Amino acid sequence: MKKITIEKVCILAGKIMLVSGAETYRVEDTMNRIAAAFDVENAQSYATPTGINFSTDMAEATYSLRILKRSTDLHKIAEVNKVSRRIAAGDFDIEEAYLALREVDTNNAMYPAWVLILIAAIASGCFSIMFGGSFEDFLPAFFAGGLGFMAMLGFERLVEIRFLSEFFGAFIVGIASIIFIQIGFGKALDMVIIGAVMPLVPGLHITNAVRDLMAGHLVSGVSKGVEALLTAFAIGAGVAVTFAFI
Amino acid sequence: MIAQLITSFIASAGFAILFNAPKNTLIQCGFVGMSGWILYYVLVAGGMDAIPATVLSAMLVAVVSHIFAKTFKTPIIIFNVAGIIPLVPGGVSYNAMRNFVENNYDIALQLSAQVMLLAGAIAIGLMFSEVINQITKKVFVKR
Repeated sequence: MKKITIEKVCILAGKIMLVSGAETYRVEDTMNRIAAAFDVENAQSYATPTGINFSTDMAEATYSLRILKRSTDLHKIAEVNKVSRRIAAGDFDIEEAYLALREVDTNNAMYPAWVLILIAAIASGCFSIMFGGSFEDFLPAFFAGGLGFMAMLGFERLVEIRFLSEFFGAFIVGIASIIFIQIGFGKALDMVIIGAVMPLVPGLHITNAVRDLMAGHLVSGVSKGVEALLTAFAIGAGVAVTFAFI
Repeated sequence: MIAQLITSFIASAGFAILFNAPKNTLIQCGFVGMSGWILYYVLVAGGMDAIPATVLSAMLVAVVSHIFAKTFKTPIIIFNVAGIIPLVPGGVSYNAMRNFVENNYDIALQLSAQVMLLAGAIAIGLMFSEVINQITKKVFVKR
């Protein structure tokens, strides 16, 4: 078995956090803390949304890792945080730290898809009321949001083109909402659509982008902002296409 | 008002589940989102502009999540993310994009500028938690 180095532990921790949707400054901070816990004084880490670079000192060899898929998984961020705290406290040596991180990485404790769809549907209904809809708009938003989210999840599995699944989800939301309003199920079309579209909206990305920019991570901030913008555009376009049919 | 309380709680906790937050933090996530949204709702209903209202609500979210993060020893991002979801300008950005696609560029640009400002407002509010964090560390932890 190959020797487990500090670089490997740090990059694995960074990879898990980045894939789970942490801000890049948090990723770099965690990597540097872990390195410092293993007596690496001057660790250099550079994380962007699409890749990580790490070296233990200025002119040392640099290791890099490519990140292709990103999602949001707060559970993993919390777990890596726990491990990094224990490393900083001196509980783990390098091998133990690596094994603990590997376990976090492979342990996929996501909720089953039907729970996610149900939750997205409930949240959609709640949002339509929060944004000024009446109680009659709750159920249409509930069903439109659930259907849209389900369409997005399903489409994501079929086709691996980014932004297209959001487009498709929003398209289904639009069609469902218009049909519901046409048959007299629900009152305000805008409220139903806004509520139902909320689970698809990249709210986290917009805010993360601005936070990264303010922390001085200009490359990550701009690229995340563009990602959020394209997703928002895909959603807007998906809904707008349905308006062409009325 | 009560409807707003309940719906914002459920929506925030729901988003916490969508983001796969640890199970024992869901109720706190809902509470953070609820407190932020209610402050925003009251301020906007009282005639305040949406942008300062967002800054203040995001600050409240930041403070409450900071307290929760300290008491439950979890990274603050978990409470932050669920808490700000109701404040995120999803509705405005949807409207902006819809106007773009319908060729109403003037309205669309106005709304996009508003989205940028609202996102910035959230970030400023959230930075507040970082400010408290650093001040408490420097003032109260004597070396």
